[in-house]
Amino acid sequence: MDRLNLNSQLEHLQSKYVGTGHADTNKFEWLQNQHRDSYASYLGHYGLLTYFSVAENESIGRMKFNYLEKMLQPCGPPIKKED
Amino acid sequence: MDQDIDDEIKKLQKERMNAKASLVGSVSYDTDLYETEDKYAGYVTELKDEDEDEVQNDIAKPKLRSFTAPTDILKEIQEQDADVDPMADMRPSRKIADREDEYHARRFNRIISPERVDAFAENNNTANARSYSDVMKEAELEREQQRIMKSIAEKKKKAETSGSSIISAEVSQPEVVKKPTKKRRWDMTSSDVSEPVKTEKKSEWDEEVRPPTKTRSRWDETPKPEETPRKRNRWDDTGSSPVSTSSAWDATPKISASVAETPKRKSRWDETPVNVSNSQFAATPVGNMGLVTPTPNQLAQPMTPMTPEAMNAMRWEKEIDYRNRPLSDEELDSMLPTTGYKILEPPANYAPIRTPARKLTATPTPMGAGGFMMMEENSQMYDIPPEIPGVGNLSFFKPEDMQHFGKLLEVKDDNTLSVDELKERKIMRLLLKIKNGTPPMRKAALRQITDKARDFGAGPLFNLILPLLMSPTLEDQERHLLVKVIDRILYKLDDLVRPYVHKILVVIEPLLIDEDYYARVEGREIISNLSKAAGLATMISTMRPDIDHVDEYVRNTTARAFSVVASALGIPVLLPFLKAVCRSKKSWQACHTGIKIVQQIAILMGCAVLPHLKNLVEAIAHGLEDEQQKVRTITALALAALAEAAAPYGIESFDIILKPLWKGIEKHRGKGLAAFLKACGYIIPLMDAEAANYFTNQLMDTLIREFQSPDEEMKKIVLKVVKQCAATDGVTPEYIKTRILPDFFKHFWVRRMALDRRNYKQLVETTVELANKVGVSEILLRIVEDLKDESEPYRKMVMETIEKIVSMLGSSDIDDRLEEVLIDGILYAFQEQTIEDVVMLNGFGTVVNSLGIRIQPYLPQICSTILWRLNNKSAKVRQQAADLISRIAIVMKTCGEEKLMGHLGVVLYEYLGEEYPEVLGSILGALKAIVNVVGMSSMTPPIKDLLPRLTPILKNRHEKVQENCIDLVGRIADRGAEYVSPREWMRICFELIDLLKTHKKGIRRAAVNTFGYIAKAIGPQDVLATLLNNLKVQERQNRVCTTVAIAIVAETCSPFTVLPALMNEYRVPELNVQNGVLKSLSFLFEYIGEMGKDYIYAITPLLEDALMDRDLVHRQTACATVKHAALGVYGLGCEDALVHLLNYIWPNIFEQSPHVINAVMEAIEGLRIGLGPATILQYVLQGLFHPARKVREIYWKIFNNLYIGSQDNLIPYYPRIEDDERNHYHRYELDLMV
Repeated sequence: MDRLNLNSQLEHLQSKYVGTGHADTNKFEWLQNQHRDSYASYLGHYGLLTYFSVAENESIGRMKFNYLEKMLQPCGPPIKKED
Repeated sequence: MDQDIDDEIKKLQKERMNAKASLVGSVSYDTDLYETEDKYAGYVTELKDEDEDEVQNDIAKPKLRSFTAPTDILKEIQEQDADVDPMADMRPSRKIADREDEYHARRFNRIISPERVDAFAENNNTANARSYSDVMKEAELEREQQRIMKSIAEKKKKAETSGSSIISAEVSQPEVVKKPTKKRRWDMTSSDVSEPVKTEKKSEWDEEVRPPTKTRSRWDETPKPEETPRKRNRWDDTGSSPVSTSSAWDATPKISASVAETPKRKSRWDETPVNVSNSQFAATPVGNMGLVTPTPNQLAQPMTPMTPEAMNAMRWEKEIDYRNRPLSDEELDSMLPTTGYKILEPPANYAPIRTPARKLTATPTPMGAGGFMMMEENSQMYDIPPEIPGVGNLSFFKPEDMQHFGKLLEVKDDNTLSVDELKERKIMRLLLKIKNGTPPMRKAALRQITDKARDFGAGPLFNLILPLLMSPTLEDQERHLLVKVIDRILYKLDDLVRPYVHKILVVIEPLLIDEDYYARVEGREIISNLSKAAGLATMISTMRPDIDHVDEYVRNTTARAFSVVASALGIPVLLPFLKAVCRSKKSWQACHTGIKIVQQIAILMGCAVLPHLKNLVEAIAHGLEDEQQKVRTITALALAALAEAAAPYGIESFDIILKPLWKGIEKHRGKGLAAFLKACGYIIPLMDAEAANYFTNQLMDTLIREFQSPDEEMKKIVLKVVKQCAATDGVTPEYIKTRILPDFFKHFWVRRMALDRRNYKQLVETTVELANKVGVSEILLRIVEDLKDESEPYRKMVMETIEKIVSMLGSSDIDDRLEEVLIDGILYAFQEQTIEDVVMLNGFGTVVNSLGIRIQPYLPQICSTILWRLNNKSAKVRQQAADLISRIAIVMKTCGEEKLMGHLGVVLYEYLGEEYPEVLGSILGALKAIVNVVGMSSMTPPIKDLLPRLTPILKNRHEKVQENCIDLVGRIADRGAEYVSPREWMRICFELIDLLKTHKKGIRRAAVNTFGYIAKAIGPQDVLATLLNNLKVQERQNRVCTTVAIAIVAETCSPFTVLPALMNEYRVPELNVQNGVLKSLSFLFEYIGEMGKDYIYAITPLLEDALMDRDLVHRQTACATVKHAALGVYGLGCEDALVHLLNYIWPNIFEQSPHVINAVMEAIEGLRIGLGPATILQYVLQGLFHPARKVREIYWKIFNNLYIGSQDNLIPYYPRIEDDERNHYHRYELDLMV
């Protein structure tokens, strides 16, 4: 169990999740992931979904559809990365 | 000088004497009574220096030049001092090559083929690489060549047998050149090994080699102006200067492959195999010394490398020669005294031996004088260098490594080397470090070579690695490491490996048939990775030529490699190719290999073949009716493997082959039949009951006929088939009883079957399977008498069968009569053992346990046997008797034989003085079994007598004794602690502390648990004091176990009894003690879980202190404690304490040490649970976008952990971010209110 091994195990685990970040993650990427996670969470919690659909006066199916659509580019067009 | 002083002293002494005398005057007394003269006259009056004495004696002799021992003795001593292991010869060689049989050794016949064209590469500037068509052509040529060689050999044989006249005629032909001394690689391997190659000047293959049209074959790249005018016999060329005739031998991709790169074609014979820049030549160890007679050319070249075996031989030779060398005049002078001897003139008629032949016999050097001299000249080349520049200290350096790494020794200026050379040297250094270096060195080098793999390039890497793997002196460890290197760089190189696939396969394929399981796994791993990196198309085109290779070894390994490819890339993609190969009309070898691939796929992939079963069966079905016997056999074997893999499904896929299979069984005999029977045996279990019954009936006649086959292989297969048939539903017990059993017992239950291990096993299995069908008594009745057979192995086999049958089916089927005979037989067999075997013990135990209460009438007899054997001289017998007691103790209790058990207990107690640890362990085990059964209160001897007797035994260092003893003591502490005084328990506590040191985990665990029991029995105070004292010891493992024991004591006696003392101990200003306390706390909180909520506030100040300590380990252990505490108090309202602790932990996130940072991360994870992710997120947000990268890195790492752990929970807690002109970041949904 040297340093490399420990880190590499952890990094391997983290690399399996899309939403994880690293030192060079920018604001846009981070927030885009947050938004997608949020929508996924709304879709996953039926109670929350019902609540939102009441608040927005839309059918649950429509809300589902909207959230799925929004996951595509939740924060608008991506910003150019300079590298 | 000395002499003068001595004289003077003597003179002075004399004067003194005289003076004394004169003082007294001349007294007249009886001189006959009183000695007149000096009474010391005869004595030496002073002590002399011994050395002086000797020197004076020596003065008489002529002086030698020096006083040292003869030089050769000194040298011998020096040589002995050198790192020579006197046991080296005794030890079995670790070299892989040494334990290989002839078949496995055939891997050396393969050569590392040159790289091939990567058909998928974009820029194909590989002019010197071979394309698929080239390779196929070469393969074709080699086959053709093989065929012709064979036909020639046959012709010759025929000629030899048909009469000498033809031979003489042939010999008289002037063109025929016979060179038996020159053997070639393929001569050695092919069937006609000893056949000297004869060739005619204008042989057939010379013509075939040159294709009429000049294709772009590499072999024809260079125009050969003087090709035809002089048709010289190829054999004349050896040893001469470059010759340009293209010889048929070049067709094989041997060494000449890279020779072709040089514009001027040279005959292969002139090439020095290792001409430094092409070290891949070294891969062919047969290249040079393999030629039996070294050509003069070779001998003349001083740099000619030798194969490692030859080098070894040379080394021995050299040493022997050195010791037996004639003494020089100088040496004789120094040995013999110069005076008293005279050097005589040699007689006039003496002539020294000058005839070379006789001289050769006088000094047995195989290479003759010239060869020997050559070795002397560059002998320093093989000396072990203390350090190789740029590599550092290796753990070893074998002389054989010189061949591969010799270049590193030449110290050269880096500026003078080309980039490629630099690269090569770099790789070499890394490889040497990996192969011979110390573990840390190896690790670093491995990482480096992996990281830089793409920079180095596939070519240079493999050209250096693969020859190493082919080295005949390779050892397991080295091979493992090199294979690991390949594995790592494969990942990195990815599609760059394509040109080298065949090279790699040549080296790796032999691993697939290695006898070592791990080597096989490693080989599969590599080939699987290789096929993923190179892709299916490349793999197929690379291995296609080997499928109908002339050498069976190559085909075998290729088939296995293909099956690995199939498992890596999936069967469906390979199916079209497989179908084509299996239907190959061109050669039966291709067909055979194709079917073999299917077989290997089935073996390797198991039930994963099911989706493709139909396709696979269809692909090989026609092979059952092939005209080649070998193809039919392998097809049957492949079907067997498929059916075995598919069991119990997939019978419909086999429909098409049932008919040919059955026909085949009627048609074939011998080996072919065995294979067909095997296939049937595996297919029948897949069928439904009716069909199985029908086919078994059909099969049975053949099977019963083959019962009497003398062939071992056939026997095994028949047994297997019987087993499988009997297991199917369709076969009735009645049928087995009437049809199978009589012949089965007649032919198989014979003494001979017990002698072969595999037959033995198979027979036992089959009989058990039959018993499963026909019942216990049916089988037992037939074999029980054999328990009294005179052959011991046979008795053993009977016993094992009985044991298996009884343990599986119970003994309710056994009637009184049989029971009597059975016990009688078992007792006989048990007593008559000459080799104490666990089989007998198991059998006895199983039968007794199975009979239960019915064994009661026999128990006195059994016990008297046991008692008698407990008293036996042989330790093994005693051990076995004790073991038997522990097996039957429960049954004895069931039979109500408490009195007998009490007696046994007393006897065992008396034998506690046993000196053999194995026996003592068993005796303790038996005592334990009796105590467990009869209970503490009614145990004889009483516990209060027994335990004091056990205390000293705890000191025993034998693991078996320790384990059994601690188990027994723990048992008593758990159930009957009150029978023993607390003082005795404390004594045991001290002994137990030593047991914490043992290697076996079970013993340590038992010891730690025993602490718990004892603490419960006598109260924790004294035990705890002992344990806390033990925290001061140096040994880490001891301390760790002590902390565990403390935690267990705390758990069993409630934490509040222990915590005060423990926390008090933390005040001891000693690092080990404090760490031990923290560790105990960590374990404590782990064990008590939710109970921790009552104690977390109590220990918070302590943890505060620990988390601020300067010592890393301190903080690490404290972090672990916090983790367990936080996990324990989750949801119990202790958040305030946890936040407080988190504030102390948080600064530690920048720690560098891997263990500390790991512990910190885990503590934060624990707190994430205890506090909820929101709190941690607030901490993390501070640093995610910190200007310093180092800070960002660790914060993101924590964030990622947080995110993975509580992805969904984090949603409401993410901070609000304002939109900017381009993107909108606001999550409005969470603001919605109804």
